[in-house]
Amino acid sequence: MDADDDTCAPITDEIRANGGGEQRTRRPIISGDQLDIEAYASLYSGRTKIMRLLFIADHCSDEKIGNPSMKLDALRMAYDEIKKGENTQLMREVAQKINGRLGPSYELDSAWCDTVDRRAEQKKEKLENELNAYRTNLIKESIRMGYNDFGDFYYAHGQLGDAFKSYVRTRDYCTTSKHIVHMCMSVILVSIEMGQFTHVTSYVNKAEQAPDALDPITAAKLRCAAGLANLEAKKYKLAARKFLETNPELGSHFSEVIAPQDVATYGGLCALATFDRTELKSKVIDNLNFRNFLELVPEVRELINDFYSSHYASCLQYLGNLKANLLLDIHLHDHVETLYDQIRHKALIQYTLPFVSVDLNMMANAFKTTVAELQKELEALITDNQIQARIDSHNKILYARHADQRNATFQRVLETGREFDRDVRSMLLRSNLVKHDYNVRHLRKL
Amino acid sequence: MDPLEALVAQIQGLSSTPGDISRLHVILKQADDSLRSESTRLSPVLAQLAPSEHSLGFLYVLDAFTSGQISKQQAETTVPIITGFINACNAEQIRLAPEKFVLVCKRLKDQVMMLEAPIRGVGPLFNAARKLQLSTEHLTPLHSDFLLLCLLAKCYKTGLSILEDDIFEVDQPRDLFLYCYYGGMICIGLKRFQKALDLLHNVVTAPMSSLNAIAVEAYKKYILVSLIHHGQWQISTSLPKYASSVAQRSLKNFCQPYIELANIYGTEKIAELEAYVQTNTEKFENDNNLGLVKQVVLSMYKRNIQRLTQTYLTLSLQDIANTVQLNSPKEAEMHVLQMIQDGEIYATINQRDGMVRFLEDPEQYKTCEMIEHIDSSIQRIMALSRKLTAMDEQISCDQLYLSKVGRERQRYDFDDFDVPTKFNI
Repeated sequence: MDADDDTCAPITDEIRANGGGEQRTRRPIISGDQLDIEAYASLYSGRTKIMRLLFIADHCSDEKIGNPSMKLDALRMAYDEIKKGENTQLMREVAQKINGRLGPSYELDSAWCDTVDRRAEQKKEKLENELNAYRTNLIKESIRMGYNDFGDFYYAHGQLGDAFKSYVRTRDYCTTSKHIVHMCMSVILVSIEMGQFTHVTSYVNKAEQAPDALDPITAAKLRCAAGLANLEAKKYKLAARKFLETNPELGSHFSEVIAPQDVATYGGLCALATFDRTELKSKVIDNLNFRNFLELVPEVRELINDFYSSHYASCLQYLGNLKANLLLDIHLHDHVETLYDQIRHKALIQYTLPFVSVDLNMMANAFKTTVAELQKELEALITDNQIQARIDSHNKILYARHADQRNATFQRVLETGREFDRDVRSMLLRSNLVKHDYNVRHLRKL
Repeated sequence: MDPLEALVAQIQGLSSTPGDISRLHVILKQADDSLRSESTRLSPVLAQLAPSEHSLGFLYVLDAFTSGQISKQQAETTVPIITGFINACNAEQIRLAPEKFVLVCKRLKDQVMMLEAPIRGVGPLFNAARKLQLSTEHLTPLHSDFLLLCLLAKCYKTGLSILEDDIFEVDQPRDLFLYCYYGGMICIGLKRFQKALDLLHNVVTAPMSSLNAIAVEAYKKYILVSLIHHGQWQISTSLPKYASSVAQRSLKNFCQPYIELANIYGTEKIAELEAYVQTNTEKFENDNNLGLVKQVVLSMYKRNIQRLTQTYLTLSLQDIANTVQLNSPKEAEMHVLQMIQDGEIYATINQRDGMVRFLEDPEQYKTCEMIEHIDSSIQRIMALSRKLTAMDEQISCDQLYLSKVGRERQRYDFDDFDVPTKFNI
């Protein structure tokens, strides 16, 4: 953990805006700085680093983010990273995207591509020969290693489907639970890269059911993977639970997939959007393990605390600042809008909960919006039955309204009686018709 | 003696006791053909017979008398005769020859329609239906004719009085279709949409082996009334499982424009709805459903205003007009006023401020009337469930049912006793 702190502290300061201080009273909030790509990229390793950089390059010119200068930086870093590996397909893509804008050293290096491809061919032949040898000898362990090597090879060259198949083939040759766990982890990694999160869930379950106890790091990795799968499936509550259960020993061991900052962000936002107050307090704010993660992203920590203590304006402001950077995140991109809407709705509902009547002007001030906008939002929530209240549009007051149980019961009773009456009568009629029909047919037969 | 005069004498003589009447019935059946051949001489015969005592004889003679083609002038004279007969006849006697009675009444209906005065047939057919019924739960072929005349004569209230009875016994399924369809139309005319929905539902879900036109027309109206009354209609939930498979498969093919209309209604865009109605006015008009379709459009405004009562305590007329997509606050005021008068919402309009204040439903469920209403509902439902058990017992003792069940039962369990073979027909 200490090593992590040393490397992470200055980085996090650069990455996320300096939300700073320990006092939680009103103080000017500095707007979020734009994402420092180098610092961001250094959190990850392997293929996901390249994919994330490419994602940023593609999306940083979206209207919502509007920062095209980042694009070239991201592409440059992606190029450098790919050169260190063996994936010629990605190299061609990146070179095309750069399109000569970064000068002669960043163009498509065909010589490099050819050498890498030739090397790959040779390696593949070698691996195949070895694997055939092992298969004829029927040594389980060697066959397993052979398929593993194949899987690694395909993964390095970007042929994810073949990598997946190879890893899955090792399953028949796994003897100890360590092998099984290793196989599951590899498959999970490939599936996440492929975006097939159903496989991720099933293999996480498989790994967790392995007979031996898992070491904490692997357990943490599995929790993260499960959390990611749930996030993609839009099951935010489950995702939040999984992320919150990750123990802090994860550190940077899972940097091929996820960084601890991401665990904090994803977990925090999902929890805020879906947990009620008691759960939020017990599982997030009082959760010692998760606190370690939250230290890495002080803005998220601040915003959760603000929400819990009803400082909605500052909470929503933090959210607004983080939005631009979150939209560049490869996993969270599609879910930012939904999560933000949910958090905002929860804030509105929580605000109105303790009161019998609320002055809409004061509420609009607290949420830093206009009365007309606020009225529209409240109307939507009331129609959805999330707030039990009614709006006095003339005086701009919101009155809480508690359903009259007694009247509702009477109405339901009468309605049920009517329905029963109707249904039984038509049923008797229909059965008479059927009986008549049957009689007629029977008479005709005689 | 002239056979006709002999017959008249017998009718007059044998109409007093039930035993005599059954003998008379036999004689009349034998004399039926000869009566028909002498139809021209029958009007003085009718004058000799008294409808209230000699109902059966009168009926046979009347049937023969009216059996030929009748012109408009003749109709003028026959209609009062038939009317008089129906009003005066003896119910038990005519129940011995129900088909003849039905025939006579149908001819009355035709003649009345020919004379273009359907209202003249309403009263007599009402009496006729009541007399022919074995009980108030019994449906006769006359019911549908009666309702047809009510519709044509626009006497909806009289029609409604017959619809209040629950029907359980049906002779001919075709009668039921027509009865429920016309009944649905009458209820729509009186704006009793729930009852109309029930009747049309019966038509649409009745067991049928092949599709008939009545069911198709009824389905169209069913969709429209659903939209007006419930504000929603989904094709997936429209026909319950107990509807015949024929209906489930084919009804929607004939009602495409209406299903489209329902889908657009579901999107809650008034402008689209009105545009769709405009483009398809002809189709709706051909089915005589244009008035109903216009009511559907109106109901959408109503539903939007009703939704507002759930979210607002007070709202300005301008805001109502904007939210519900009306053209001006004046229109909004008219709509709200109409709804208050119809009892669909509870509100007060403050014209000075241009504000509407929505109130809660004042029904507190504490009055004596409410208690009586609940009590009578309970009694009714208990009676219904007794009826249900009685019917269940009846069917389980029914010969046909037992033979079918006995035949199909697999002989696995030795505990089950075999159904005696004498029930196998």
